[in-house]
Amino acid sequence: MGLFKISQGRSLWMVHFCTGCGAVEMPPTMTSRFDMERFGIAPMATPRQADVLLITGYLTVKTLKRVIMVYEQMPTPRYVIGFGSCTVNGGIYWDSYNVIKNLDLYIPVDLYIFGCMPRPESILDAFLKLRKMIEEGKANKWKDYIERYDWYKQNQAKLFDVNKWRVQK
Amino acid sequence: MKILLLLGYWILVIIMGLLYMGIARKVTARIQNRYGPPFYQAFLDVLKLFSKRETASHGVMHSLGPVIAFAGISTTLLFLPLGKGAPILHFQGDLFVFLYLIVIGPLGMALGAGESNNPNATIGIARALSLMLGYEIILFMATLPVFVHFKTASIYEVILKQGAFPNWAGIKFPLSMLGGLIALQGLLGEKPFDQPIAPHEIASGPMVEYGGKYLGLLQLWHAVGIIVETGLFIDVFFGPQNILWFFLGTFIAFMLAVVINAVMPRFRIEQAIRFYWGVPLLLVVLGILQYYLWR
Ligand code: SF4
Repeated sequence: MGLFKISQGRSLWMVHFCTGCGAVEMPPTMTSRFDMERFGIAPMATPRQADVLLITGYLTVKTLKRVIMVYEQMPTPRYVIGFGSCTVNGGIYWDSYNVIKNLDLYIPVDLYIFGCMPRPESILDAFLKLRKMIEEGKANKWKDYIERYDWYKQNQAKLFDVNKWRVQK
Repeated sequence: MKILLLLGYWILVIIMGLLYMGIARKVTARIQNRYGPPFYQAFLDVLKLFSKRETASHGVMHSLGPVIAFAGISTTLLFLPLGKGAPILHFQGDLFVFLYLIVIGPLGMALGAGESNNPNATIGIARALSLMLGYEIILFMATLPVFVHFKTASIYEVILKQGAFPNWAGIKFPLSMLGGLIALQGLLGEKPFDQPIAPHEIASGPMVEYGGKYLGLLQLWHAVGIIVETGLFIDVFFGPQNILWFFLGTFIAFMLAVVINAVMPRFRIEQAIRFYWGVPLLLVVLGILQYYLWR
Protein backbone atom coordinates (compact mmCIF):
# COMPACT_ATOMS: atom_id res chain seq x y z
CA MET A 1 0.00 0.00 0.00
CA GLY A 2 2.80 2.37 0.92
CA LEU A 3 4.51 1.76 -2.38
CA PHE A 4 1.30 2.63 -4.22
CA LYS A 5 1.00 5.90 -2.26
CA ILE A 6 4.58 6.86 -3.10
CA SER A 7 4.09 6.05 -6.78
CA GLN A 8 0.87 8.07 -6.83
CA GLY A 9 2.65 11.05 -5.36
CA ARG A 10 5.67 10.88 -7.61
CA SER A 11 3.92 10.40 -10.89
CA LEU A 12 1.33 13.12 -11.39
CA TRP A 13 -0.15 13.42 -14.83
CA MET A 14 -2.24 16.51 -15.32
CA VAL A 15 -4.89 17.88 -17.58
CA HIS A 16 -4.43 21.63 -17.59
CA PHE A 17 -7.74 23.22 -18.32
CA CYS A 18 -6.47 26.48 -19.74
CA THR A 19 -9.46 28.71 -19.20
CA GLY A 20 -7.89 31.99 -18.16
CA CYS A 21 -4.93 34.26 -18.72
CA GLY A 22 -2.90 32.44 -16.00
CA ALA A 23 -2.34 29.62 -18.48
CA VAL A 24 0.49 31.62 -19.99
CA GLU A 25 2.63 30.56 -17.03
CA MET A 26 2.35 26.89 -18.02
CA PRO A 27 4.82 26.85 -20.97
CA PRO A 28 7.82 28.08 -18.92
CA THR A 29 6.89 25.65 -16.16
CA MET A 30 6.94 22.71 -18.57
CA THR A 31 9.94 23.63 -20.70
CA SER A 32 13.61 23.92 -20.02
CA ARG A 33 13.70 26.77 -17.52
CA PHE A 34 11.51 25.25 -14.79
CA ASP A 35 11.15 21.69 -16.22
CA MET A 36 8.26 20.19 -14.24
CA GLU A 37 8.98 16.72 -15.64
CA ARG A 38 11.82 16.30 -13.18
CA PHE A 39 9.22 15.78 -10.45
CA GLY A 40 7.41 13.20 -12.58
CA ILE A 41 4.72 15.69 -13.60
CA ALA A 42 3.70 15.35 -17.22
CA PRO A 43 0.93 16.96 -19.26
CA MET A 44 -1.64 14.53 -20.62
CA ALA A 45 -3.99 15.09 -23.49
CA THR A 46 -6.96 13.15 -22.18
CA PRO A 47 -8.82 13.12 -18.83
CA ARG A 48 -8.88 9.31 -18.71
CA GLN A 49 -5.13 9.23 -18.13
CA ALA A 50 -4.90 12.19 -15.78
CA ASP A 51 -4.49 12.39 -12.01
CA VAL A 52 -4.52 16.14 -11.54
CA LEU A 53 -6.95 18.64 -12.97
CA LEU A 54 -5.28 22.04 -13.07
CA ILE A 55 -7.74 24.86 -13.59
CA THR A 56 -5.85 27.93 -14.64
CA GLY A 57 -8.01 30.92 -13.97
CA TYR A 58 -11.53 32.23 -14.25
CA LEU A 59 -14.39 29.88 -15.05
CA THR A 60 -17.58 31.00 -16.69
CA VAL A 61 -20.78 29.06 -16.24
CA LYS A 62 -20.34 27.61 -19.69
CA THR A 63 -16.78 26.33 -19.12
CA LEU A 64 -17.65 25.05 -15.65
CA LYS A 65 -19.97 22.51 -17.28
CA ARG A 66 -17.06 21.20 -19.33
CA VAL A 67 -14.77 21.16 -16.31
CA ILE A 68 -17.26 18.99 -14.44
CA MET A 69 -17.51 16.65 -17.41
CA VAL A 70 -13.72 16.35 -17.52
CA TYR A 71 -13.47 15.86 -13.75
CA GLU A 72 -16.03 13.07 -13.68
CA GLN A 73 -14.18 11.14 -16.41
CA MET A 74 -10.92 10.94 -14.49
CA PRO A 75 -10.04 7.63 -12.78
CA THR A 76 -10.41 7.86 -9.05
CA PRO A 77 -7.50 8.90 -6.97
CA ARG A 78 -7.92 12.31 -8.62
CA TYR A 79 -6.93 15.75 -7.47
CA VAL A 80 -7.86 19.30 -8.38
CA ILE A 81 -5.61 22.35 -8.14
CA GLY A 82 -7.20 25.76 -8.44
CA PHE A 83 -4.78 28.23 -9.96
CA GLY A 84 -4.91 31.98 -9.40
CA SER A 85 -7.18 34.33 -7.48
CA CYS A 86 -10.01 33.88 -9.96
CA THR A 87 -10.68 30.35 -8.77
CA VAL A 88 -10.68 31.47 -5.13
CA ASN A 89 -12.99 34.43 -5.20
CA GLY A 90 -13.55 35.54 -8.77
CA GLY A 91 -10.47 37.77 -8.75
CA ILE A 92 -10.84 40.79 -10.94
CA TYR A 93 -14.08 39.33 -12.30
CA TRP A 94 -15.83 39.55 -8.94
CA ASP A 95 -18.68 41.62 -10.31
CA SER A 96 -19.08 39.76 -13.55
CA TYR A 97 -22.45 38.24 -14.36
CA ASN A 98 -21.23 34.88 -15.60
CA VAL A 99 -17.92 34.14 -13.85
CA ILE A 100 -18.17 31.80 -10.89
CA LYS A 101 -16.69 33.08 -7.66
CA ASN A 102 -15.91 30.02 -5.59
CA LEU A 103 -14.70 26.92 -7.36
CA ASP A 104 -14.97 24.51 -4.45
CA LEU A 105 -18.72 24.86 -4.32
CA TYR A 106 -18.89 22.93 -7.58
CA ILE A 107 -15.94 20.52 -7.59
CA PRO A 108 -13.71 19.55 -4.65
CA VAL A 109 -10.42 21.46 -4.70
CA ASP A 110 -7.38 19.97 -2.95
CA LEU A 111 -5.12 22.98 -3.20
CA TYR A 112 -5.27 26.59 -4.28
CA ILE A 113 -2.41 28.59 -5.69
CA PHE A 114 -2.81 32.29 -4.87
CA GLY A 115 -1.68 35.17 -6.99
CA CYS A 116 -2.69 36.88 -10.16
CA MET A 117 -0.94 35.28 -11.93
CA PRO A 118 1.18 32.80 -9.88
CA ARG A 119 4.77 32.36 -10.89
CA PRO A 120 6.14 28.98 -12.10
CA GLU A 121 7.91 28.51 -8.76
CA SER A 122 4.62 28.60 -6.93
CA ILE A 123 3.08 26.12 -9.36
CA LEU A 124 5.91 23.69 -8.69
CA ASP A 125 5.59 24.40 -4.98
CA ALA A 126 1.90 23.51 -5.13
CA PHE A 127 2.66 20.25 -6.89
CA LEU A 128 5.27 19.34 -4.29
CA LYS A 129 2.75 20.12 -1.51
CA LEU A 130 0.22 17.92 -3.29
CA ARG A 131 2.80 15.14 -3.49
CA LYS A 132 3.40 15.44 0.24
CA MET A 133 -0.33 15.36 0.94
CA ILE A 134 -0.77 12.25 -1.20
CA GLU A 135 2.08 10.43 0.48
CA GLU A 136 0.64 11.28 3.90
CA GLY A 137 -2.81 10.19 2.75
CA LYS A 138 -4.36 13.64 3.17
CA ALA A 139 -5.43 14.38 -0.41
CA ASN A 140 -8.87 12.84 -0.04
CA LYS A 141 -11.14 15.44 -1.57
CA TRP A 142 -12.19 13.05 -4.34
CA LYS A 143 -13.85 10.89 -1.70
CA ASP A 144 -15.69 13.96 -0.49
CA TYR A 145 -17.14 14.40 -3.98
CA ILE A 146 -18.54 10.87 -3.83
CA GLU A 147 -19.89 11.21 -0.29
CA ARG A 148 -21.49 14.64 -0.71
CA TYR A 149 -22.42 14.18 -4.34
CA ASP A 150 -25.92 15.57 -3.77
CA TRP A 151 -24.60 18.77 -2.24
CA TYR A 152 -22.24 19.40 -5.15
CA LYS A 153 -24.93 18.56 -7.71
CA GLN A 154 -27.33 20.96 -5.96
CA ASN A 155 -24.85 23.81 -6.17
CA GLN A 156 -24.18 23.03 -9.82
CA ALA A 157 -27.87 22.85 -10.60
CA LYS A 158 -28.48 26.25 -8.99
CA LEU A 159 -25.94 27.72 -11.37
CA PHE A 160 -27.03 25.88 -14.49
CA ASP A 161 -30.72 26.50 -13.96
CA VAL A 162 -31.50 28.41 -17.14
CA ASN A 163 -34.97 29.53 -16.04
CA LYS A 164 -33.60 31.16 -12.90
CA TRP A 165 -31.28 33.29 -14.98
CA ARG A 166 -34.13 34.35 -17.24
CA VAL A 167 -36.23 35.46 -14.27
CA GLN A 168 -33.39 37.54 -12.86
CA LYS A 169 -32.94 39.39 -16.11
CA MET B 1 10.76 -25.97 -15.22
CA LYS B 2 10.06 -24.37 -18.55
CA ILE B 3 7.29 -22.30 -16.97
CA LEU B 4 9.72 -20.93 -14.36
CA LEU B 5 12.24 -20.15 -17.07
CA LEU B 6 9.55 -18.37 -19.04
CA LEU B 7 8.53 -16.34 -15.99
CA GLY B 8 12.11 -15.26 -15.32
CA TYR B 9 12.62 -14.39 -18.97
CA TRP B 10 9.45 -12.37 -18.99
CA ILE B 11 10.14 -10.43 -15.78
CA LEU B 12 13.69 -9.64 -16.92
CA VAL B 13 12.43 -8.29 -20.24
CA ILE B 14 9.72 -6.17 -18.57
CA ILE B 15 12.24 -4.69 -16.12
CA MET B 16 14.73 -3.92 -18.87
CA GLY B 17 12.01 -2.42 -21.07
CA LEU B 18 10.77 -0.10 -18.32
CA LEU B 19 14.36 0.88 -17.54
CA TYR B 20 14.94 1.75 -21.20
CA MET B 21 11.78 3.86 -21.22
CA GLY B 22 12.92 5.77 -18.15
CA ILE B 23 16.40 6.36 -19.52
CA ALA B 24 14.89 7.46 -22.83
CA ARG B 25 12.91 10.18 -21.03
CA LYS B 26 16.05 11.32 -19.25
CA VAL B 27 18.08 11.40 -22.49
CA THR B 28 15.33 13.32 -24.29
CA ALA B 29 15.26 15.82 -21.44
CA ARG B 30 19.03 16.33 -21.54
CA ILE B 31 18.89 16.94 -25.29
CA GLN B 32 16.20 19.55 -24.72
CA ASN B 33 18.37 21.17 -22.03
CA ARG B 34 16.12 20.04 -19.17
CA TYR B 35 17.00 18.03 -16.09
CA GLY B 36 14.50 15.26 -16.72
CA PRO B 37 12.74 12.73 -14.48
CA PRO B 38 14.65 10.07 -12.53
CA PHE B 39 15.56 6.95 -14.53
CA TYR B 40 13.06 4.83 -12.54
CA GLN B 41 10.14 7.08 -13.46
CA ALA B 42 8.58 4.46 -15.76
CA PHE B 43 8.30 1.99 -12.86
CA LEU B 44 6.49 4.60 -10.75
CA ASP B 45 4.13 5.40 -13.61
CA VAL B 46 3.16 1.77 -14.14
CA LEU B 47 2.75 1.17 -10.41
CA LYS B 48 0.53 4.23 -10.13
CA LEU B 49 -1.58 3.23 -13.12
CA PHE B 50 -2.23 -0.19 -11.59
CA SER B 51 -3.40 1.44 -8.36
CA LYS B 52 -6.10 3.51 -10.05
CA ARG B 53 -9.76 2.73 -10.48
CA GLU B 54 -11.65 3.36 -13.69
CA THR B 55 -14.94 5.22 -13.38
CA ALA B 56 -16.54 4.07 -16.63
CA SER B 57 -16.54 1.09 -18.94
CA HIS B 58 -16.86 0.86 -22.69
CA GLY B 59 -17.70 -2.81 -22.95
CA VAL B 60 -15.92 -6.13 -22.89
CA MET B 61 -13.81 -5.75 -26.02
CA HIS B 62 -12.48 -2.41 -24.81
CA SER B 63 -11.13 -4.11 -21.69
CA LEU B 64 -9.83 -7.12 -23.61
CA GLY B 65 -7.92 -5.04 -26.18
CA PRO B 66 -4.87 -4.36 -23.97
CA VAL B 67 -4.89 -7.98 -22.81
CA ILE B 68 -4.76 -9.20 -26.42
CA ALA B 69 -1.97 -6.75 -27.21
CA PHE B 70 0.06 -7.80 -24.18
CA ALA B 71 -0.54 -11.50 -24.79
CA GLY B 72 0.52 -11.07 -28.42
CA ILE B 73 3.82 -9.44 -27.54
CA SER B 74 4.48 -11.97 -24.74
CA THR B 75 4.01 -14.81 -27.25
CA THR B 76 6.40 -13.10 -29.64
CA LEU B 77 8.91 -13.00 -26.81
CA LEU B 78 9.01 -16.81 -26.77
CA PHE B 79 10.73 -16.81 -30.16
CA LEU B 80 13.29 -14.14 -29.32
CA PRO B 81 16.78 -15.39 -28.44
CA LEU B 82 18.41 -13.18 -25.80
CA GLY B 83 21.97 -13.71 -26.97
CA LYS B 84 23.26 -17.16 -27.81
CA GLY B 85 21.13 -19.02 -25.25
CA ALA B 86 18.26 -20.84 -26.92
CA PRO B 87 14.89 -19.12 -26.76
CA ILE B 88 11.90 -20.95 -25.28
CA LEU B 89 10.68 -21.97 -28.74
CA HIS B 90 12.69 -22.29 -31.91
CA PHE B 91 12.23 -24.26 -35.08
CA GLN B 92 12.80 -23.90 -38.80
CA GLY B 93 10.63 -20.99 -39.95
CA ASP B 94 10.11 -19.24 -36.63
CA LEU B 95 10.98 -15.95 -38.32
CA PHE B 96 7.64 -16.00 -40.12
CA VAL B 97 5.75 -16.80 -36.93
CA PHE B 98 7.61 -13.94 -35.27
CA LEU B 99 6.72 -11.47 -38.01
CA TYR B 100 3.07 -12.53 -37.86
CA LEU B 101 2.83 -12.38 -34.08
CA ILE B 102 4.41 -8.93 -33.83
CA VAL B 103 1.34 -7.55 -35.64
CA ILE B 104 -1.09 -8.84 -33.00
CA GLY B 105 -0.29 -5.97 -30.63
CA PRO B 106 -1.59 -3.17 -32.87
CA LEU B 107 -4.51 -5.37 -33.93
CA GLY B 108 -5.52 -6.00 -30.32
CA MET B 109 -5.37 -2.30 -29.64
CA ALA B 110 -7.42 -1.65 -32.79
CA LEU B 111 -10.15 -4.01 -31.57
CA GLY B 112 -10.19 -2.43 -28.12
CA ALA B 113 -9.99 1.19 -29.18
CA GLY B 114 -12.58 0.61 -31.89
CA GLU B 115 -15.24 -0.17 -29.33
CA SER B 116 -14.78 3.11 -27.46
CA ASN B 117 -16.24 4.96 -30.47
CA ASN B 118 -14.01 7.93 -29.85
CA PRO B 119 -13.15 9.59 -33.18
CA ASN B 120 -9.58 10.29 -32.04
CA ALA B 121 -9.06 6.60 -31.33
CA THR B 122 -10.41 5.66 -34.74
CA ILE B 123 -8.06 8.10 -36.47
CA GLY B 124 -5.14 6.76 -34.41
CA ILE B 125 -5.94 3.17 -35.35
CA ALA B 126 -6.31 4.04 -39.04
CA ARG B 127 -2.91 5.73 -38.90
CA ALA B 128 -1.26 2.83 -37.06
CA LEU B 129 -2.50 0.27 -39.56
CA SER B 130 -1.56 2.43 -42.56
CA LEU B 131 1.92 3.01 -41.15
CA MET B 132 2.33 -0.75 -40.82
CA LEU B 133 2.00 -0.92 -44.60
CA GLY B 134 5.18 1.13 -44.74
CA TYR B 135 7.56 -0.44 -42.24
CA GLU B 136 6.49 -4.10 -42.38
CA ILE B 137 7.51 -4.41 -46.03
CA ILE B 138 10.86 -2.75 -45.39
CA LEU B 139 11.53 -4.87 -42.31
CA PHE B 140 10.77 -8.09 -44.11
CA MET B 141 12.82 -7.23 -47.19
CA ALA B 142 15.73 -6.07 -45.03
CA THR B 143 15.96 -9.39 -43.20
CA LEU B 144 15.50 -11.42 -46.40
CA PRO B 145 19.13 -11.46 -47.72
CA VAL B 146 20.44 -12.43 -44.27
CA PHE B 147 18.15 -15.42 -44.01
CA VAL B 148 18.82 -16.48 -47.59
CA HIS B 149 22.55 -16.11 -47.04
CA PHE B 150 22.58 -18.37 -43.98
CA LYS B 151 20.09 -20.77 -45.61
CA THR B 152 17.75 -20.88 -42.64
CA ALA B 153 14.48 -19.28 -41.52
CA SER B 154 15.11 -19.44 -37.81
CA ILE B 155 16.35 -16.43 -35.83
CA TYR B 156 18.24 -18.66 -33.44
CA GLU B 157 20.08 -20.49 -36.24
CA VAL B 158 21.05 -17.19 -37.81
CA ILE B 159 22.78 -16.19 -34.59
CA LEU B 160 24.58 -19.54 -34.36
CA LYS B 161 25.75 -19.48 -37.98
CA GLN B 162 26.65 -15.81 -37.94
CA GLY B 163 29.27 -15.91 -35.19
CA ALA B 164 31.12 -12.99 -33.65
CA PHE B 165 32.41 -9.61 -34.79
CA PRO B 166 33.82 -9.72 -38.34
CA ASN B 167 31.08 -12.06 -39.56
CA TRP B 168 28.19 -9.81 -38.62
CA ALA B 169 25.40 -9.74 -41.17
CA GLY B 170 25.20 -6.01 -40.60
CA ILE B 171 28.72 -5.68 -42.03
CA LYS B 172 28.06 -8.05 -44.91
CA PHE B 173 24.79 -6.36 -45.85
CA PRO B 174 25.15 -2.71 -44.78
CA LEU B 175 22.37 -1.47 -47.06
CA SER B 176 19.84 -3.93 -45.65
CA MET B 177 20.98 -3.05 -42.14
CA LEU B 178 20.38 0.63 -42.82
CA GLY B 179 16.92 -0.12 -44.23
CA GLY B 180 16.15 -2.23 -41.17
CA LEU B 181 17.23 0.63 -38.92
CA ILE B 182 14.78 2.99 -40.63
CA ALA B 183 12.02 0.39 -40.35
CA LEU B 184 12.85 0.06 -36.65
CA GLN B 185 12.14 3.75 -36.13
CA GLY B 186 8.58 3.21 -37.40
CA LEU B 187 8.17 -0.06 -35.53
CA LEU B 188 9.07 1.67 -32.26
CA GLY B 189 6.71 4.54 -33.10
CA GLU B 190 9.31 7.22 -32.51
CA LYS B 191 9.36 10.50 -34.38
CA PRO B 192 9.12 11.16 -37.32
CA PHE B 193 6.81 8.11 -37.34
CA ASP B 194 4.68 8.74 -34.26
CA GLN B 195 1.47 9.63 -36.09
CA PRO B 196 -0.60 6.89 -34.36
CA ILE B 197 -0.12 8.40 -30.90
CA ALA B 198 0.30 12.09 -31.74
CA PRO B 199 -0.66 13.70 -28.42
CA HIS B 200 -0.96 17.25 -29.75
CA GLU B 201 -3.26 16.40 -32.64
CA ILE B 202 -5.41 13.45 -31.68
CA ALA B 203 -5.04 13.25 -27.88
CA SER B 204 -2.86 10.10 -27.74
CA GLY B 205 -4.86 8.33 -30.45
CA PRO B 206 -5.88 4.74 -29.70
CA MET B 207 -5.08 5.25 -26.02
CA VAL B 208 -7.48 8.17 -25.63
CA GLU B 209 -10.15 6.20 -23.76
CA TYR B 210 -7.71 4.04 -21.83
CA GLY B 211 -6.75 4.94 -18.30
CA GLY B 212 -5.83 3.21 -15.06
CA LYS B 213 -5.05 -0.49 -15.31
CA TYR B 214 -5.65 -0.71 -19.03
CA LEU B 215 -3.10 1.98 -19.68
CA GLY B 216 -0.74 0.23 -17.25
CA LEU B 217 -1.03 -2.94 -19.31
CA LEU B 218 -0.43 -0.95 -22.49
CA GLN B 219 2.70 0.55 -20.91
CA LEU B 220 3.97 -2.95 -20.17
CA TRP B 221 3.13 -3.88 -23.76
CA HIS B 222 5.25 -0.99 -24.94
CA ALA B 223 8.08 -1.97 -22.58
CA VAL B 224 8.21 -5.55 -23.86
CA GLY B 225 7.71 -4.28 -27.41
CA ILE B 226 10.86 -2.15 -27.21
CA ILE B 227 12.98 -5.19 -26.35
CA VAL B 228 11.29 -7.46 -28.89
CA GLU B 229 11.55 -4.99 -31.76
CA THR B 230 15.12 -3.83 -31.19
CA GLY B 231 15.98 -7.43 -30.25
CA LEU B 232 14.94 -8.71 -33.66
CA PHE B 233 17.14 -6.12 -35.32
CA ILE B 234 20.15 -6.92 -33.13
CA ASP B 235 19.68 -10.68 -33.40
CA VAL B 236 19.49 -10.65 -37.18
CA PHE B 237 22.21 -8.14 -38.00
CA PHE B 238 24.66 -8.31 -35.10
CA GLY B 239 24.43 -11.89 -33.81
CA PRO B 240 24.84 -11.23 -30.06
CA GLN B 241 27.04 -13.86 -28.39
CA ASN B 242 25.68 -13.54 -24.86
CA ILE B 243 22.93 -11.83 -22.90
CA LEU B 244 25.02 -8.78 -21.95
CA TRP B 245 25.90 -8.20 -25.56
CA PHE B 246 22.23 -8.53 -26.45
CA PHE B 247 21.07 -5.91 -23.96
CA LEU B 248 23.92 -3.57 -24.87
CA GLY B 249 22.96 -3.87 -28.52
CA THR B 250 19.25 -3.29 -27.96
CA PHE B 251 20.08 -0.35 -25.71
CA ILE B 252 22.24 1.29 -28.36
CA ALA B 253 19.65 0.67 -31.10
CA PHE B 254 16.87 2.11 -28.92
CA MET B 255 18.91 5.13 -27.86
CA LEU B 256 19.65 5.86 -31.50
CA ALA B 257 15.91 5.91 -32.15
CA VAL B 258 15.32 8.12 -29.09
CA VAL B 259 17.99 10.62 -30.11
CA ILE B 260 16.47 10.89 -33.58
CA ASN B 261 13.05 11.20 -31.93
CA ALA B 262 14.21 14.12 -29.80
CA VAL B 263 15.24 16.33 -32.71
CA MET B 264 12.63 15.42 -35.32
CA PRO B 265 9.23 16.88 -36.16
CA ARG B 266 6.40 14.61 -37.28
CA PHE B 267 5.53 13.48 -40.81
CA ARG B 268 1.96 13.56 -42.00
CA ILE B 269 0.74 10.00 -42.42
CA GLU B 270 0.83 9.96 -46.21
CA GLN B 271 4.28 11.55 -46.16
CA ALA B 272 5.49 8.80 -43.83
CA ILE B 273 4.27 6.01 -46.11
CA ARG B 274 5.63 7.75 -49.18
CA PHE B 275 8.96 8.09 -47.39
CA TYR B 276 9.04 4.37 -46.61
CA TRP B 277 8.26 3.47 -50.19
CA GLY B 278 11.07 5.72 -51.40
CA VAL B 279 14.60 5.67 -50.00
CA PRO B 280 14.36 2.72 -47.54
CA LEU B 281 12.71 0.55 -50.20
CA LEU B 282 15.56 1.36 -52.57
CA LEU B 283 18.06 0.48 -49.83
CA VAL B 284 16.57 -2.93 -49.11
CA VAL B 285 16.14 -3.77 -52.81
CA LEU B 286 19.81 -2.89 -53.35
CA GLY B 287 20.58 -5.10 -50.33
CA ILE B 288 18.86 -8.05 -52.00
CA LEU B 289 20.63 -7.30 -55.31
CA GLN B 290 23.92 -7.14 -53.46
CA TYR B 291 23.39 -10.67 -52.23
CA TYR B 292 22.94 -11.98 -55.77
CA LEU B 293 25.66 -9.90 -57.44
CA TRP B 294 28.55 -10.03 -54.93
CA ARG B 295 27.91 -13.38 -53.35
S1 SF4 C 1 -6.16 35.10 -11.40
FE1 SF4 C 1 -5.37 36.76 -12.65
S2 SF4 C 1 -4.06 35.74 -14.14
FE2 SF4 C 1 -5.38 34.17 -13.26
S3 SF4 C 1 -7.12 34.05 -14.64
FE3 SF4 C 1 -7.66 35.47 -13.02
S4 SF4 C 1 -7.15 37.48 -13.85
FE4 SF4 C 1 -6.07 35.96 -15.11
